[in-house]
Amino acid sequence: MMRTIYTRIRQIFIGLACLIVVASAAQSQALAQTQSQNPTWDETLAAARGQNVYWNAWGGDERINAYIAWVGKRVWDEYGISLNHVKLADTADAVSRVLAEKAAGRTSGGSIDLIWINGENFAAMKENGLLHGPFTEQLPSFAAVDFEHKPSTRVDFTVPVEGLEAPWGMAKINFIYDSARVKTTPRSVPDFLTWAEANPGRFTYPTPPDFIGSTFLKQVLIELTEDRDELQKPFVSEERFTAVTAPLWEYLDNLHPHLWRKGELFPANGPAQRQLLDDGEVDIHISFYPSEASSLIATDLLPGSARVFVLEEGTIGNTHFVAIPFNASGKEAAMVVANFLMSPEAQAEKQNESVWGDDTVLAMAKLSNEDRRRFDDLPRGAATLPPEELGATLLEPHPAWMTRIEAEWQKRYSR
Amino acid sequence: MSKFQRIEVLRFAPIFTMVLFLAPVCAGLIGTWLPAVGIFPALGGEEFSLAGWHELFAYPGLGSALRLTLTCGLLSTVLSLVLVIGFVASCNERKSFRALRRFITPLLAVPHVAIAIGLAFLIAPSGWFVRLFSPWATGWTTPPDIASVQDPYGFALTAGLVVKELPFLFLMTLAAVHQTHADRRLAIARSLGYGPVTAWIKTVLPAIYPQIRLPVYAVLAFSLSVVDMAMILAPTTPPPLAVLVLRWFNDPDLSMRFVAAACASLQFGIVAAAIGGWRLLEILVARLARPWLIDGRRGGGGDTLASIFGFTATMVCGLGALSILGMALWSFTRRWRYPDVLPSAISLDSWMRQGGSILQAGLNTLSIGLASAAIATILVVACLENERRQSVQTTTRGLWLLYAPLLVPQIGFLFGTQVLAVQLNIDGTWWALVWTHLLFVLPYVFLSLSDSYRNLDERYVRSALCLGASPNRTFWRVKVPMLLRPILYAMAIGFAVSVAQYLPTLFAGGGRYVTLTTEAVSLAAGANRRVVGVFALLQATLPMIAFGLAIGIPALLYRHRRGLRGIA
Repeated sequence: MMRTIYTRIRQIFIGLACLIVVASAAQSQALAQTQSQNPTWDETLAAARGQNVYWNAWGGDERINAYIAWVGKRVWDEYGISLNHVKLADTADAVSRVLAEKAAGRTSGGSIDLIWINGENFAAMKENGLLHGPFTEQLPSFAAVDFEHKPSTRVDFTVPVEGLEAPWGMAKINFIYDSARVKTTPRSVPDFLTWAEANPGRFTYPTPPDFIGSTFLKQVLIELTEDRDELQKPFVSEERFTAVTAPLWEYLDNLHPHLWRKGELFPANGPAQRQLLDDGEVDIHISFYPSEASSLIATDLLPGSARVFVLEEGTIGNTHFVAIPFNASGKEAAMVVANFLMSPEAQAEKQNESVWGDDTVLAMAKLSNEDRRRFDDLPRGAATLPPEELGATLLEPHPAWMTRIEAEWQKRYSR
Repeated sequence: MSKFQRIEVLRFAPIFTMVLFLAPVCAGLIGTWLPAVGIFPALGGEEFSLAGWHELFAYPGLGSALRLTLTCGLLSTVLSLVLVIGFVASCNERKSFRALRRFITPLLAVPHVAIAIGLAFLIAPSGWFVRLFSPWATGWTTPPDIASVQDPYGFALTAGLVVKELPFLFLMTLAAVHQTHADRRLAIARSLGYGPVTAWIKTVLPAIYPQIRLPVYAVLAFSLSVVDMAMILAPTTPPPLAVLVLRWFNDPDLSMRFVAAACASLQFGIVAAAIGGWRLLEILVARLARPWLIDGRRGGGGDTLASIFGFTATMVCGLGALSILGMALWSFTRRWRYPDVLPSAISLDSWMRQGGSILQAGLNTLSIGLASAAIATILVVACLENERRQSVQTTTRGLWLLYAPLLVPQIGFLFGTQVLAVQLNIDGTWWALVWTHLLFVLPYVFLSLSDSYRNLDERYVRSALCLGASPNRTFWRVKVPMLLRPILYAMAIGFAVSVAQYLPTLFAGGGRYVTLTTEAVSLAAGANRRVVGVFALLQATLPMIAFGLAIGIPALLYRHRRGLRGIA
């Protein structure tokens, strides 16, 4: 019995392997066709009407969830698209699912239509041919994206986007603290060490590979490294990796004993650290959205005395995107949703601090006066730094560094 | 003719149940073991390789993860079992017993995640307990830097597991006590002058242990492979093995799948070894205890034991109740900072804002839970009725098979099951979800129903048959009414189990079906206790309503029949 099952399974797997080869060939062919035909936007809109979009997006923040629900209402009213937010605990769950479908040979009618994605997950999906597209050139709103001043909308963690994902929002590291309790804040990465020594147990960062935790490590690496350009390419050899990252590990070895729980335990993710700040267990929270502090005050998640600081040499910034899996069922509707997400209306709503406070990807100069006013009229909370005080934006290193640093971090500090 | 067909259908019930049941588990295990030895064509794994295992053993945190898994899993199982046996043995003649019994059933209904989230808030350095005494007594104006949650030894996780397992083992023990006519044994032993505790341990325990053996193994397997509670209460550097598996399955670097599969297989091996080891320990204890059992010593009144166990059991249940209470408060909170003992500002915002998702998640939870509980109950009754009519005793092996989904770590076969569901083209459908839930619901329904069913006095049925009623008429008119209470109770347990499922819902539902549990876990990651409180509270309320109905309906229907009230 067992034996027959085994042979059967093996047959299925071999069958699958063949299917995948055929399917990927078919996919690239289909790609070529879409490009040559390039259906006009009206046709896409017509096809999209009545379709379902299952949007897989991290669901850990109920303010973002509420914004996504608003998007759902708008695309239903405007385009007759039924948008369902599939709330993920981790974006990798969705990557996992597309992979399982590819393993089972499902090249169409997939269960995911849209994914909120960037960085490593995007790199993994692109590399394994799990994405539909390029499709962003077909979206009318795409023209107003600020490629000139926001280069990360074209290059996601140094991996060229090539139209496979549509920019949705801008993130930039900043630090939130409670000004009622903390008087002096660090101004640089070495400063953090002195600060932590003076305030033992009052700082920490989320456990890598959580994206905020990993980004903090990259921030440290960039500031301590001598040749920042080297980080923009994959490392050339083990020796180079060891040499370049040596200051990072030395720094962390010195820093950890002064952290929350003596660096033996780290919060699971950003929101967990935010809760620690509100509970008074730590004094600093690392945020990825410049207006998050004001937004958190507005939604009663942080005290009114919360304020923001950044570092003198600048902080890491990146772009987050939406992408469409290769086997999505409602590709047209997914494109319409992606287009709506980049529209001035949706972008301004998103940037509103009482909604979410996530910065726009659009260039103000490319907008009509009316659309620009949507952004000008947005309220700005006391905790939000004006753009000129936000400091320089540092570029993300190549994902190869990040993946390797995360593994190395696990090896050193998770035993 | 129709009667003939009826019987035929019934005869297939056990086979049908087994296939429905074992196919996904087997497929799941194979789908997990193949990648563990390097075979996973979608990722280019075409031939046998142990690279995944090499990488797993090279992982520096593996030792600590293993230690954590084993200590939490074994310690919580031993503690729960000792507590239950000690409590039942020493307090069964006391008033506290009845009181706690009434208190424990609702606790059984509360899903793990809700308990874990609530407990984390209770015992955290900035949690409720510390707030009660700070800063006036402790001098802590800011929370102390102590790892009382996610501690490196896993004590918080162990405590959470005990809070959750104690009610289950307690109810299983009570059921066993019923069947073995423990009261008669006790009465005889007591009349021979044995003290209450000694009488219980010497005459009742040896008879009931075989009956609670499988539930104990299920608890052991669960504690060793728990994911959702561990994500909240266990340390993260490194986490227990099961969380590592999930983390690797979810790693953006898809080649980590091979390591994840290897680790899932290791997890399977650990559970198997732990159960085997436990069995050996049982034999050893039985052998060592034999002289003591028959040495004729009567033992004392056991007052000290009674107060110790009564107190500890009450504390454990109290922790559970406070966890839920804390989350209930949070759901109405606007601001509640350290060191305030109570919220400084309250509001209904969290409830209002979640209105839409509550409704959707609640309806999904309800429909999936009801369907899987109902199907499980029908299948179990059909199997048990068939067993009666064919007068075959289900072999132990059959029972073990039924238990397979509880004994095999979920994380060890769900990925494979997902691939199977995708192949059958039913993934992400409501039916796939019901089916997957059924795997976990059915054993519990069987567990809670089989004994009442088998112990129904056969003479009632015989009398009815002698009076000329057909087997089916006898079934509907005699057995079902007499067994209505245990049947509904089993269904309520099934419903509670379904409500609590996290990983199976995630894997089979493709995230398209949100339930209160998936919402609660995904929001727990976001750490906003207000919203988590809303879902945790709802998640706890639904099963409690089910239990209320299961107890209330028969009580209402049979309010004029004293004889039917006692049968449970």
